[in-house]
Amino acid sequence: MGNENGFTMQFEKPLLELERKIEEIRVFSTEKNIDMSEEIQRLQAKADVLKERIYKNLTPLQKVQVARHPKRPTFLEYVELIFDDFIELHGDRLFKDDPALVGGLAFLNGIPVTVLGQQKGRDTKENIARNFGSPHPEGYRKAMRLMKQAERFGRPVITLVDVAGAYPGIEAEERGQGEAVAHSIMAMAGLKTPIIVVITGEGGSGGALAIAVGDRILMLEHAYYSVITPEGCASILWKDANEAPKAAEVLRLTAENLKEMKVIDEIIPEPLGGIHRDKVAGAKLLKEALVRNLEEILEIPGEDLLRLRYDKFKKIGIYS
Amino acid sequence: MLKDLFRTKPKYVTVRNYREETARQERDERTKKDLPDGLWVKCENCHQIIYHKDLEQNLKVCPKCDYHFRIGAKERLRQLLDEGSFEELFAELSPTNPLNFPNYEKRLSKYQKETGLKEGVLTGAGKIEGIPVAIAVMDFFFMGGSMGSVVGEKIANTFEYAAANHLPMITVSASGGARMQEGILSLMQMAKTCQARNLLAERGLVYISVLTDPTSGGVYASFASQGDINMAEPGAYIGFAGTRVIEQTIRQTLPEGFQKSEFLLQHGVLDLIVHRKEVRKTLARLLRFHQSTERAEVNG
Repeated sequence: MGNENGFTMQFEKPLLELERKIEEIRVFSTEKNIDMSEEIQRLQAKADVLKERIYKNLTPLQKVQVARHPKRPTFLEYVELIFDDFIELHGDRLFKDDPALVGGLAFLNGIPVTVLGQQKGRDTKENIARNFGSPHPEGYRKAMRLMKQAERFGRPVITLVDVAGAYPGIEAEERGQGEAVAHSIMAMAGLKTPIIVVITGEGGSGGALAIAVGDRILMLEHAYYSVITPEGCASILWKDANEAPKAAEVLRLTAENLKEMKVIDEIIPEPLGGIHRDKVAGAKLLKEALVRNLEEILEIPGEDLLRLRYDKFKKIGIYS
Repeated sequence: MLKDLFRTKPKYVTVRNYREETARQERDERTKKDLPDGLWVKCENCHQIIYHKDLEQNLKVCPKCDYHFRIGAKERLRQLLDEGSFEELFAELSPTNPLNFPNYEKRLSKYQKETGLKEGVLTGAGKIEGIPVAIAVMDFFFMGGSMGSVVGEKIANTFEYAAANHLPMITVSASGGARMQEGILSLMQMAKTCQARNLLAERGLVYISVLTDPTSGGVYASFASQGDINMAEPGAYIGFAGTRVIEQTIRQTLPEGFQKSEFLLQHGVLDLIVHRKEVRKTLARLLRFHQSTERAEVNG
């Protein structure tokens, strides 16, 4: 289940142990041809209760761990489960193609859209090829190119955000990472076509915001979105990355926190135990939300769209 | 090696408020370094002793090595605008503690006392060699010039004011990035200021961004890098990711001059580097190219 590749979240341990036990009994009963279904059922019920108790009471840092889970669906998995006839389009037409940010054309419930997002790998090899889903400037410039293309043909844009942060490296700085992020934010603010943003996993600061300006901001239940990682915040505040649980608390980075502050519009529920446990069911919930929101925005007259988008972001902020 | 890749990963951050800490330490040190009567100052770069008055007269640029000392928002406005022309706008906005972040109020009031400012940016209208402008000047000495709700709102309001009043806009940035203590609300100020910057582009009004030491993180990655003209002072630190974050990620020491103005000019992010003594004059020259919008429209 959660630890197929050796990745265990501490808070899930009792649940994983119970699930392993159920599996052992199942194997045992098949091998020995003994009916143990009653016992299995009893333990399964216990596991369900435990799962519910754990997942309904996740601390903010535990949510961050779920958001970073290596088995959490990546951009391309969502595309496959939600969209039809996806055609990937490569490159920024300036420098190169960034495999950490993927985009292309697809149909959402019959509506042609441009869909793009950061692509993490599903294993180490893929992660190295994809730079762990952390884009260089050319990734954001590709995103801009595809969004401008969508605008030209009146296609709505859907972005799926899942990024630890825009890549902090020498070449990234040389090619203007900050400029690329800012330019993409500006391009989205002025894009004359509907935009729906979904924070699916990690919403890592500027690298996330660069593709997260839109008419609707949706967020999966266990995703997080923050100006800084809890670890980074903890090492600044308490000079100790082990204080990350406290930092995750004070940063108010969960979907619920963000909904309260009106930074996001809607929380999309995940299957119990996180979307990595049931990708198909999770994707179905996400698709339902995407279709519903897209139908709503398509009703908004074009001339109002940008004004409403502007007001939406202008209102964010608390002061006296 | 693979292990290293994994280990460094969670450290990706785009905001480095530790700069703010550094700034505080630097300032404390500087105060210590000052001789008791404040007559003499030691240059942070060439370590020469400078007569305080000479430094003031030289706009806080070392007369020996041209090192540009950091200056606050009030002093910057005095240097740039025609005397007495500044009219402050949006001064009423004050910061609160929206996330109930530990010690935030205490730090705010400390910086308010130290700088005599309510927040890390002064915004308003003024004139440069007689040309009316809207202007926003950040103050690095106020919590590292970090951008939270108030800084973002004031800068966005100033862009809106410029658009509504058909004025050119100037920002002078000096900031470590988004303000951690206001969490996601700070990040959202990047979107707020960027979209407000768009208003000027739509109306054909010029926006000149002056980047000073330092301009980094969420401020560089929003309005500050999006001027029609990006101008920087020499030797200013300008970058997206912090030096330490990059070094930890790639496990290398960064080359000399990395993320300095000259580096950015070379890599195509800046239009020009201008010595502090020439900034006002250069702004005026640039502004004069952008005064004839109406006539251009008629002729066009």
